[in-house]
Amino acid sequence: MKNYDLVIIGGGPAGLAAAISAKESGIDSILILERDKELGGILNQCIHNGFGLHTFNEELTGPEYAARFIDRVLELGIEYKLNTMVMDITKDKKVTAMNREDGLFSIDAKSVILAMGCRERPRGALNIPGYRPAGIYSAGTAQRLVNIEGYMPGRKVVILGSGDIGLIMARRMTLEGAEVKVVAEIMPYSGGLKRNIVQCLDDFNIPLKLSHTVVDIEGKDRVSAVTIAKVDEHMKPIPGTEERYECDTLLLSVGLLPENELSRQSGVELSPIHRGPIVNDSLETSVPGIFACGNVLHVHDLVDFVSKEASQAGKSAALYIKNGEKENSISLPINAVDGVRYTVPEFIRPNDMEESVTVRFRVGGVFKKCAIATYFGDTLVSKKKRPIMAPGEMEQVVIKKSDLLNAGDIKDITIKIEEA
Amino acid sequence: MYDAAIIGAGVIGCAIARELSRYNVKACVIEREEDVCCGTSKANSAIIHAGFDAKPGSLKAKMNVRGSQMMEELSRELDFPYRRNGSLVVCTKDQDDKKLDALLEQGLKNGVKDLRILERNELIKMEPNLSDDVVKALFAPTGAIVCPFNMTIAFAENACDNGIEFFLNTNVEKIEKDGENFLISTNRNTIETKTIINAAGVYADSINNMINTHKYHITARRGEYNLLDKVAGNHVDKTIFQLPSKMGKGVLVTPTVHGNLLVGPTAEDIDNKEGVNTTLNGLGSLKQTSSLSVKDVPFREVITAFAGLRAHEDGGDFVLGESDECKGLFNALGIESPGLSSAPAIGEFIAKEVSNKLNLELDPSFNGTRKGILNPNTLSIEERNELIKKHPEYGTIICRCESISEGEILDSIHRTLGARSLDAIKRRTRAGMGRCQSGFCSPRTMEILEREIPMSAFDVTKSGHGSKLIFGYNKRV
Amino acid sequence: METKNLTCINCPMGCALTVTLDNGEVTSVTGNTCKRGDIYARKEVTNPTRIVTSSVRVKGGEIPMVSCKTKNDIPKGMIFDITNALCNVEVSAPVKIGDVIIENVLDTGVDIIATKNVAAI
Repeated sequence: MKNYDLVIIGGGPAGLAAAISAKESGIDSILILERDKELGGILNQCIHNGFGLHTFNEELTGPEYAARFIDRVLELGIEYKLNTMVMDITKDKKVTAMNREDGLFSIDAKSVILAMGCRERPRGALNIPGYRPAGIYSAGTAQRLVNIEGYMPGRKVVILGSGDIGLIMARRMTLEGAEVKVVAEIMPYSGGLKRNIVQCLDDFNIPLKLSHTVVDIEGKDRVSAVTIAKVDEHMKPIPGTEERYECDTLLLSVGLLPENELSRQSGVELSPIHRGPIVNDSLETSVPGIFACGNVLHVHDLVDFVSKEASQAGKSAALYIKNGEKENSISLPINAVDGVRYTVPEFIRPNDMEESVTVRFRVGGVFKKCAIATYFGDTLVSKKKRPIMAPGEMEQVVIKKSDLLNAGDIKDITIKIEEA
Repeated sequence: MYDAAIIGAGVIGCAIARELSRYNVKACVIEREEDVCCGTSKANSAIIHAGFDAKPGSLKAKMNVRGSQMMEELSRELDFPYRRNGSLVVCTKDQDDKKLDALLEQGLKNGVKDLRILERNELIKMEPNLSDDVVKALFAPTGAIVCPFNMTIAFAENACDNGIEFFLNTNVEKIEKDGENFLISTNRNTIETKTIINAAGVYADSINNMINTHKYHITARRGEYNLLDKVAGNHVDKTIFQLPSKMGKGVLVTPTVHGNLLVGPTAEDIDNKEGVNTTLNGLGSLKQTSSLSVKDVPFREVITAFAGLRAHEDGGDFVLGESDECKGLFNALGIESPGLSSAPAIGEFIAKEVSNKLNLELDPSFNGTRKGILNPNTLSIEERNELIKKHPEYGTIICRCESISEGEILDSIHRTLGARSLDAIKRRTRAGMGRCQSGFCSPRTMEILEREIPMSAFDVTKSGHGSKLIFGYNKRV
Repeated sequence: METKNLTCINCPMGCALTVTLDNGEVTSVTGNTCKRGDIYARKEVTNPTRIVTSSVRVKGGEIPMVSCKTKNDIPKGMIFDITNALCNVEVSAPVKIGDVIIENVLDTGVDIIATKNVAAI
């Protein structure tokens, strides 16, 4: 197998945008490795619209959004391999992968971009009690069955979790003839977009029960009923509040987890909070020359931001390939405190950063009429008023290189939520 | 006319079948589920006890020690995963360490080798994550872990290859005595047999009571478990048991032979013999109870929970052998812990009894070797590429989490007693057993079953019977 | 006089909007905190519309289904009529993004178009 300057792990929205940007930054030797049978990743099964408002100023469906990037990849002649599973990545960027045609092969890359995406949390991760019959699906699996295979995985459905995939699937199953009885959400607020609550639930009179979770699943062969109950402030079910729904299907939309098994093997340091690699402003991980972007780095709300982030990773990888590692770069940590759960990136290098860096993060609860405050050391440098912030939506602040260089000798940056 | 009909294709029924297949015999195994290994055998601690737990002289003690001795050799012969990782019974500072001495004493009487008591300073080198309160432990180097699915399936495949018939999806409805013989009526056929071997797990009492004047009573004792991601698999190396205390028998924390971490079981007597549901309280208690012996168990890495039922007979010991009151009926009944450990010994014991009764002769063509599903990870790169060249399906990964190729899945479908459902494939190959719990691979595994059996996509099930996965085409349900 | 209650979809605030109508004419919108809420409410009570997305079978394609959508908004009340109209539709590969699957579906003046490229096998 020949070697490449840049190997991109994953041909979903992140991998595609990273490849395009690296190519446009002057790197010709690029290979995308995709485990599925087509490029586009999870967008292929997201047939609803609402993608691309920020990138293209129009509302596209998932496959349409993906196609714009795929077309560009083809136009630029970027190489890719489908049905190819990456088995291992080493610290010195040897990528081992496998497929039917080539068998097990290794590539020595100068740089690697991690763009493997995320997976859904399974039932087990929530320790939902009850039986284990057929008919319990993660929402994404059901989405694949309905939209890609054309099969209906259920007729009478209860959904746990009001993340966007759960809401989208509530509408999708309804439109395909199923009866969605209820959507239960353990948190006191929904993790999904307001638009999806209105257009996927309210439009079809599907009740959303906040602060509720599943406490029992019945059925030996196939799900026959699901019981939900109200939870207290510690998220413990309150006895006496149980409601039993006869149904044949339980869909779970209870969170996404970055898929970092390969990253871990390569020695990349991971954040215990967003569960993706810890990166600096160039989206470089703790292993020089390995970059990360998209949902493998942290779970995004909108694909538009994935594409943006991935472009940055592609550009950074191109620079790395051309110039090698920056020596002795000063790196300032970003402290995420007071409602800010984490930031990506975690570090900024004032001397080596681009003119500006977008720091993305999520908040840990619902904040009304607050502000995002940014401090260089102890000095407040910006305060951005926000009428509302919720964990379901990403927030961002932009840090300018010039501001940082003018800030003098500071040790860190802090981003926090303050009263407006 | 059969010489022997074994009721139940759990680990006990299959171990007996395999031992019986050494003889010239016409025998069958009757199983109500769609696959072997669908009851207690699929939901337990997956450990091979060293043998110090049971009372000296009991059948449990005898079978356990013998079974444990046979296991390693057997795992090579039948190619199932086994690792002698050793076990510790830990004693915390407010517990009576004389109980450890008593266990040691009992173990010595039972013939368990190499037992010794270790102090904290030695223990902590061995197992740094033991709880801070642990002061001493009984160390049993012969304790081991095993894959209970593949062990049961290996017995079954080898028995089948040596001529034992398997009737799956076959439920025993009635048994009648017909002179010296028995007539077994099932939902599918009537089976005439000279002997019956009752290995029906939690239902072994019902089977016995259909024909025997000596009645038995089995209580289903539920045990709930949490299985953790492989990233937590090294949290302990040995199987960590707790000394029974006033808080109860305690739970174990153990690595599995595939590198996950297993925590459990709870113990609760229930009325429902189908009650394999987990409960809020049961799962909720695992964190607290396990912390008595092992600290910082990373419960956020839990990938699944399950419950199994132990078949507890009122007498408290295994009931093994021909019934005095009903000649020709051989019971293997009340097989709770250490049942998995004892299975090979029980198989050997019952097969010998049956062969004596029927004057069976050894079959010279018996082949006791079985090759499991090839695990490509054990091959060198060159060997693996050679394999993929010959069989490209070994180059396609279907289950990302466990890295299971299409080739392995095809093998599981097309081999002896091949898989017919997602769970059957999962138990044989581990496809779907990883951290995403089949979210990604189940649609693809369904497609493979549909193509290979072949069968309609609408008939593909999770675990046979009515466990259908899809209801029809879009817009038409 | 008639009032309708809505949830604004423009941001996570989800303002509870109250719209007052007189003979089908909006006379007031309250509960909104910004202009976008007002615009949304007026449209939503007088002429609520939606884009409908779905998928139909493909004959001879490399995958069994092709995704599709209404090219423009259709009246909200017609969502189920549209999906029913797609019930027995099957197209032949190859399909290109933008290909018309049903022209002027149910006389809405809106086409159903493909949203994915599916090559023929």
